[in-house]
Amino acid sequence: MLKFTAEHEWLKLEDGVATVGITSHAAEQLGDLVFVELPEVGAELSKDGNAATVESVKAASDVYCPLDGEVIEVNQTIVDDPSIVNSDPQGKGWFFKLKLKNAADADALMDEAAYQDLIA
Amino acid sequence: MDDQTVLKTTPLHALHLSLGARMVPFAGYDMPVQYPAGVLKEHLHTRTASGLFDVSHMGQVVIRAKSGTYEDAALALETLVPVDILGLKPGRQRYGFFTDDTGGILDDLMITNRGDHLFVVVNASCKDADLAHMQAHLTGCNVELLEDRALLALQGPRAEEVLAALWPDVVDMKFMDVRDASLHDVPCIISRSGYSGEDGFEISVPADQAEQIAKALLEDLHCQPIGLGARDSLRLEAGLCLYGNDIDTTTSPIEAALEWAIQKPRRTGGARAGGFPGADRILGELANGTSRRRVGLKPEGKAPVRAHAKLYADAEGKAELGEVTSGTFGPSVEGPVAMGYVPTRFAEPGCQIFAEVRGKYLPLTVAALPFITPTYKR
Repeated sequence: MLKFTAEHEWLKLEDGVATVGITSHAAEQLGDLVFVELPEVGAELSKDGNAATVESVKAASDVYCPLDGEVIEVNQTIVDDPSIVNSDPQGKGWFFKLKLKNAADADALMDEAAYQDLIA
Repeated sequence: MDDQTVLKTTPLHALHLSLGARMVPFAGYDMPVQYPAGVLKEHLHTRTASGLFDVSHMGQVVIRAKSGTYEDAALALETLVPVDILGLKPGRQRYGFFTDDTGGILDDLMITNRGDHLFVVVNASCKDADLAHMQAHLTGCNVELLEDRALLALQGPRAEEVLAALWPDVVDMKFMDVRDASLHDVPCIISRSGYSGEDGFEISVPADQAEQIAKALLEDLHCQPIGLGARDSLRLEAGLCLYGNDIDTTTSPIEAALEWAIQKPRRTGGARAGGFPGADRILGELANGTSRRRVGLKPEGKAPVRAHAKLYADAEGKAELGEVTSGTFGPSVEGPVAMGYVPTRFAEPGCQIFAEVRGKYLPLTVAALPFITPTYKR
């Protein structure tokens, strides 16, 4: 199941684990990324807390944690090559995997149609 | 600036919109920060081919002595600027800055000897203050802001070839030469200069013909439009100061490592030593040095270290040294680059210091400027 936040993150939900990344719309708005900083594996993150940082030539932007949970895996390939986030933001450019504290919390997030309405 | 302020536009505003630019407020103008290619590609295109920048927001000013002679205009401007302007040859340009009574920098500018008068270009954010400053102090001169002209910057290794298609004589110009030229029968003033670290030109053109000239230059596929985003990363890699970030009224020219712009005739023992605002401090600093200096900073990791990041001598954030004044990712350097002020004992290239970024203390090496090798045609 795919969910979205108003902060332009996507979440792919499988068995209580959310794979999190930024949307194509966000990647396009940010422009070519030159630096990505990801959370540590094992970090306990809270909803709306700072989870990652992305930087373009022009500016640094925060990526917020969409739900409460524990980081169980991060995507080192986007740290080594941030351009992957621009070329495939909703695929190979994922950021981290979050083991959700309450899997049901995801129900309150937007589905794809609602997100498309938001950015339209 | 508050959102209700009506932004001014340049004569190329409609062209920017038609090219798909993302517009932002800058110094009171609605300006292109980037085009669809994006900052990274625009930067690299300028370094490998050529880029066209709209810098029409900058102030173009003519200073004419009432006596009609260049010498009187030059001597008048020398009372505000610690630069040898009298010794500037006709058709030549020089970098300088207005200083205040405390030896701080009011603005930086380009100064041209146009034979019987001076032509200067000042920053957009300072142009009203600069104009008032000159009109108040240059009493023997008429000081006129040219409101009916646009200014284009054409920068990069292919800039000469792009401009030569419109005006073949451009190949005879050297760095800091200024010539009158006719581009498609449009009378222009062309200088071989710019602010990217590349060979290139700044073209002053009548406002109502600016779009025609810009379009003619952009017809060459080697020439792409470049926004303010890449202008900033290009000038930072070239080690050039941005007024308001790297230099302002709290920094002296010597602290800012701009002493190269103060020629011998204006220094102690020179033919026209002193005689500009803040001369006591500035000439004293030339003789005795300063307690802090502007330096290049090369972050050792991959994280950009941006303006206002605090600098420390240690990795624990105990001994504060100063702050970063400009910092970004340098697309040509392929890594982060920055500038800032540090105590003089830390100003030697190779010295390691630390910057606080998001609660961490990241190591940086003090580096010689520029970060790239300029391609000026000397």
